[in-house]
Amino acid sequence: MKEVLVISGKGGTGKTSITAAVAELFDNILLADCDVDAPDLHMLLKPRIIETDIFMGGKFPIIDRDLCIKCGTCREVCGFGAISEDIVVDPLACEGCAVCSWNCPQEAITMIQKEAGRRYYSEVGPGHMVHALLKPGEENSGKLVAEVKKKANAIGEEKSYKLLITDGPPGIGCPVIASLSGVDLAVVVTEPTKSGIHDMERVLATAKHFKTPVKVVINKADLNEENTQALREGLAEKDIEVMAEVPYSRKFTEALREAKTIVEYAPESEESRAVRKIAEAIGEFAGIGLKEKG
Amino acid sequence: MKKIAIASGKGGTGKTTLSLMLSQLLSKDKKVRLLDSDVENPDCHLLLDVVEQKSREINVFKPLIDLEKCTFCGKCQEVCEFNCLLVMPKDVMYFKELCHPCRGCLLVCPEGAISEGERKVGYLHTGKINENFYFDYAIMDVGEARANPLIEELKEGIVGDEDYVIIDAPPGANCPMVEAVRDSDYTVLVTEPTPFGLYDLKIAVGVLGELGLKCGIVINRSEEDDGIIEDYAESAGLEIIAKIPFSREFASLYSKGIIEENFFPGLADDLLEFFS
Repeated sequence: MKEVLVISGKGGTGKTSITAAVAELFDNILLADCDVDAPDLHMLLKPRIIETDIFMGGKFPIIDRDLCIKCGTCREVCGFGAISEDIVVDPLACEGCAVCSWNCPQEAITMIQKEAGRRYYSEVGPGHMVHALLKPGEENSGKLVAEVKKKANAIGEEKSYKLLITDGPPGIGCPVIASLSGVDLAVVVTEPTKSGIHDMERVLATAKHFKTPVKVVINKADLNEENTQALREGLAEKDIEVMAEVPYSRKFTEALREAKTIVEYAPESEESRAVRKIAEAIGEFAGIGLKEKG
Repeated sequence: MKKIAIASGKGGTGKTTLSLMLSQLLSKDKKVRLLDSDVENPDCHLLLDVVEQKSREINVFKPLIDLEKCTFCGKCQEVCEFNCLLVMPKDVMYFKELCHPCRGCLLVCPEGAISEGERKVGYLHTGKINENFYFDYAIMDVGEARANPLIEELKEGIVGDEDYVIIDAPPGANCPMVEAVRDSDYTVLVTEPTPFGLYDLKIAVGVLGELGLKCGIVINRSEEDDGIIEDYAESAGLEIIAKIPFSREFASLYSKGIIEENFFPGLADDLLEFFS
């Protein structure tokens, strides 16, 4: 199975709208949503959940007040300033390293794990989908991403899928690095804005760091022709292929407001033709064709 | 001093745009410090003329292992919750991207073979736009996983004599976003009138609820019908502070790196009225 990951660096460049529309053009693929703290793909693909798993997060110290003598050792050894003078743990500052627990002379601190989110395995129009939702404010999004990928790989093997398309998180940090693991091709969606280009450069460098091949989609391409031309030239110099240019259009928003993908909402539009081009290139990469029209 | 965080849940809704507008408007007669805490992809500096900028490295702890003293007993690997140490018969491997610098390995080593080391994870840039408008940002090195140490260091640059500190938060609702907003007096959630905007807004409101923080909403790319957000705001008891109208011309100026704080006159009035 080939895994294609859609990322962007900057948020809001159109990752999810494009991923969902591309998916809609296939009828036998696997999907994954690795944006686990603000997942949106399910709103367009409307999954029917088959299986739910509880995701246990990092560890958290529970202090036994009967044993604690308030000696302050835990506070001294904590590298994150997470323990107050009256020995109360700040859940936001605590990283779950357990250093307090094994340094406590009274053995008063026990580390526990709590539910930090859920992972879902679902049926969708184009095939199956693995997605998740992290609880508000929880850490460990990288770990949950790894769990989503583990499940997707298992399903891919079980059902002999040839293509997995993964909607990635924004940024270049921990969840993106976790998403990049094992990916055969990263599709970077950018926009011809100063910040879009800057963030694309950083996500390209990240993909290069982890030796992942990349191709680029320029979304909102006609918003700034000068920047788009600079993008084309810069990418050609780096030998990075531009898979398609998608026009800046309100049709995506209109489609979204009806919870539809662009190919369902306006199948004959210029926007849908650009999406088709991306889908064809991805299909070719994985050695599968698009679904029959109609 | 008032600390105002600008966050969103969903990316690309206009956090940076609003942060810059607000900083420009408030700094006309108050002292403002803008912190770009989206250290993975900071963009504010691309849209500002920063003068007198100073830069320095940001470092975090890493274990220095003295292989002469090490007996390869494996205790450091045992206590590390993040699996960043692998003890082999004659060597110890360290996986920096997994390390949350807790110093557990240093504390546990019975041979005293581990000492305090440092490694660079990014840069901190401090500067100003004018006498009233100070601006700092941090940028994380490519390949690094953890944004939080950079955000913490960035926030240490708050002097205390500012009238307003504006924090441009990273997208999402996980650790870096929490770190950015956690001690703010007020958080503005920027959203857009689409199902994606609404869904991610609800998640962000959930996070702020967990943190016990006050928040309000700004609707970006506002259309004739913003009912999708307005209905939710009403049911959740959240104030809609202002609306930024949808405008291709504004988007086109943004693409060139221009944020004109008075582009929408009504908007500037709404923001000033709310935050003054």
